[in-house]
Amino acid sequence: MTIDLFVTCVNDALFPETGMATARLLERLGHTVRFDERQTCCGQMHLNSGYPKEAIGLVRRFVEIFEGAEAVVAPSGSCVAMVRELYPRAAEWAGDHELAERARGLKVYELSEFLTGVLGLEDVGAYYPHHVTYHPTCHAMRLLKVGDAPLRLLRKVRGMTLVELPQAEGCCGFGGTFSVKNPETSAAMLADKVRAVMDTRAEVCTAGDNSCLMHIGGGLSRLRSGARAVHLAEILAGTEASA
Amino acid sequence: MSGGGIHPAQPFREAAKDTLADAQMRRNLRHATTTIREKRQRAVAELPDWEALRLAGAAIKDEALSRLGELLPQLEEAVTKAGGKVHWARDAEEACGIVAEIAASHGAREIVKVKSIATDEIDLNHALEAKGIHAVETDLAELICQLGEDRPSHILVPAIHRNRAEVRDLFRAKLGADLPTDEPAALAGAARTYLREKFLTTKVAVSGANFAVAETGTVCVVESEGNGRMCLTLPKVLITVMGIEKLLPRWEDAATFLRLLPRSSTAERMNPYTSMWTGVRQGDGPGEFHLVLLDAGRTDVLKDEVGRQTLRCIRCSACLNVCPVYERAGGHAYGSVYPGPIGAILTPQLLGMHDGNANTLPYASSLCGACYDVCPVRIDIPEVLIYLRGKTAHALPEKTAMKAVAWAMGDPGRFKLAIRLARLGQGPLVHDGVIRWLPGMLGGWTAVRDAPSLPKRSFRELWRERDEVKGA
Repeated sequence: MTIDLFVTCVNDALFPETGMATARLLERLGHTVRFDERQTCCGQMHLNSGYPKEAIGLVRRFVEIFEGAEAVVAPSGSCVAMVRELYPRAAEWAGDHELAERARGLKVYELSEFLTGVLGLEDVGAYYPHHVTYHPTCHAMRLLKVGDAPLRLLRKVRGMTLVELPQAEGCCGFGGTFSVKNPETSAAMLADKVRAVMDTRAEVCTAGDNSCLMHIGGGLSRLRSGARAVHLAEILAGTEASA
Repeated sequence: MSGGGIHPAQPFREAAKDTLADAQMRRNLRHATTTIREKRQRAVAELPDWEALRLAGAAIKDEALSRLGELLPQLEEAVTKAGGKVHWARDAEEACGIVAEIAASHGAREIVKVKSIATDEIDLNHALEAKGIHAVETDLAELICQLGEDRPSHILVPAIHRNRAEVRDLFRAKLGADLPTDEPAALAGAARTYLREKFLTTKVAVSGANFAVAETGTVCVVESEGNGRMCLTLPKVLITVMGIEKLLPRWEDAATFLRLLPRSSTAERMNPYTSMWTGVRQGDGPGEFHLVLLDAGRTDVLKDEVGRQTLRCIRCSACLNVCPVYERAGGHAYGSVYPGPIGAILTPQLLGMHDGNANTLPYASSLCGACYDVCPVRIDIPEVLIYLRGKTAHALPEKTAMKAVAWAMGDPGRFKLAIRLARLGQGPLVHDGVIRWLPGMLGGWTAVRDAPSLPKRSFRELWRERDEVKGA
């Protein structure tokens, strides 16, 4: 299958290794990965922060670039949720019914749902010799309903000890610009998440979204907790050679 | 003080700074919301047709809202025929005036109240106080708030921010109660002694309404303590203040909501007291019944295609109990009798997004979506939050920054350049690979979190290099 990688702007600029790992993993599974250099940002930050006009321009760009793709895969639950759940609505709010229809026709998948749902895989041949705890990100869980797909993938990773995260379904408090506009409330939410991660004694907290992980990881790093945040794709891409 | 209206006195962020620092409140709230959240989950899981019920509830409400123009007059006709009197109030002031006038016409100096958010919304207690009429809250938690000169912080459990020890101290001080322990039974006993006397001596009662059935003129109040039942049956005059969105078209519709509401709110299969009455009946209950129909911004909300789903709300509070923001910041941070996720969309819509404090409420959410999952009438609260954010008049520095980012993202070349510039600009801020301090708007982030620094190469640069290696 030819897969179009939507790397997301956050990964492109801040976490390129996640994008590379996603590509390596999909190629290892026998697929061809394309990266369309015209891509930038899905517009989530603008729509969610109260800038629908600015967002709709980015919606249109995305639709034009990825329309007709067999499968677009992104290592981010919230960006995929933006495309799948919010694009049609944002377009309707802007009065652009045609754009909404085109958005509904896109085939965009979050990495874990693509691996388990479309490719029907659980064991992707990964090796990752660490203690890991998994945080289900809100948009992957509630908007995309990926369920236990990431956990099913993680359970098959060799060498890894998966530790259950207490109160896993609680939001980490990132929420995009929420963490900037209401940093104190966001910090109170983060405190509980960081405590939960530290309670597991795992050295790695993983998730399917680097924006949430940037938040959790930022807290873990500030506290010199010794634990760090690693994207799911980087774990699944791990091999004995790379370890 | 109890009640308090819906006008936030300050932006959410400012208000939350105080409440977040209240360690006792944080503990009380965490305990209470965690407990009720788990109970609700169990109560809902018992019903195999829960999703169908939610759909039915939403459909009935949508139908009622789309037919208000015919259903409200139908309700008025039915209530009038049954011996009641219907009053129409455009806003809070008119509604308070109507209630005060009726109470005064009976010479009342004191009235008893059934727990009611609509009367808190219009700040009825203060309006009555100004006319020399004292309103006594009879719901235990509302009474705790009133005696403590405190504001309710939860729709259903107004004193959720208080614990037993605090309530005992309050009852000792304000009711002169002899309370050797803070056992719930002892606290309830002290309140009962105080309230029973009020029920037996007060002539006028004021209530809200959970539902009103247009075809029969029946009004319904759902409660747990029985104090509401006392107010609804003992005094001679009953005045009910009800938002116009509380209407149900048919009698049988009530059945759906009597299943949805208790499980969502108190996690009970059925609530202990359901009172329903149609007008007046000689020799049984109040001899005089007034129904005040309150608009107060609701028809404006109704006009908005996206926002109108907010009016489906049945005030169950399930969204408050699952909200991670509510759990930390508490109800008072919302500055309105409607706190939590529903308050974050209802308050600014009732007041209008031009209200400079209320319009900060849609931002009091991480958009985690837990509220939508539990809403018994499927209000897509995150959708409405995002939609309302789009109606904000943004401050200039933020607007400039967001427009600049959108411009950069409008073209891959510009995006690449922006990354390069940011990489240069971050230089002095990066220590040990992370950023520990950021200026201005971003300072709140780095107060307790490290920010990642931009790596030497972006993904697109790495990808290109890989392709070149492959090609070579």
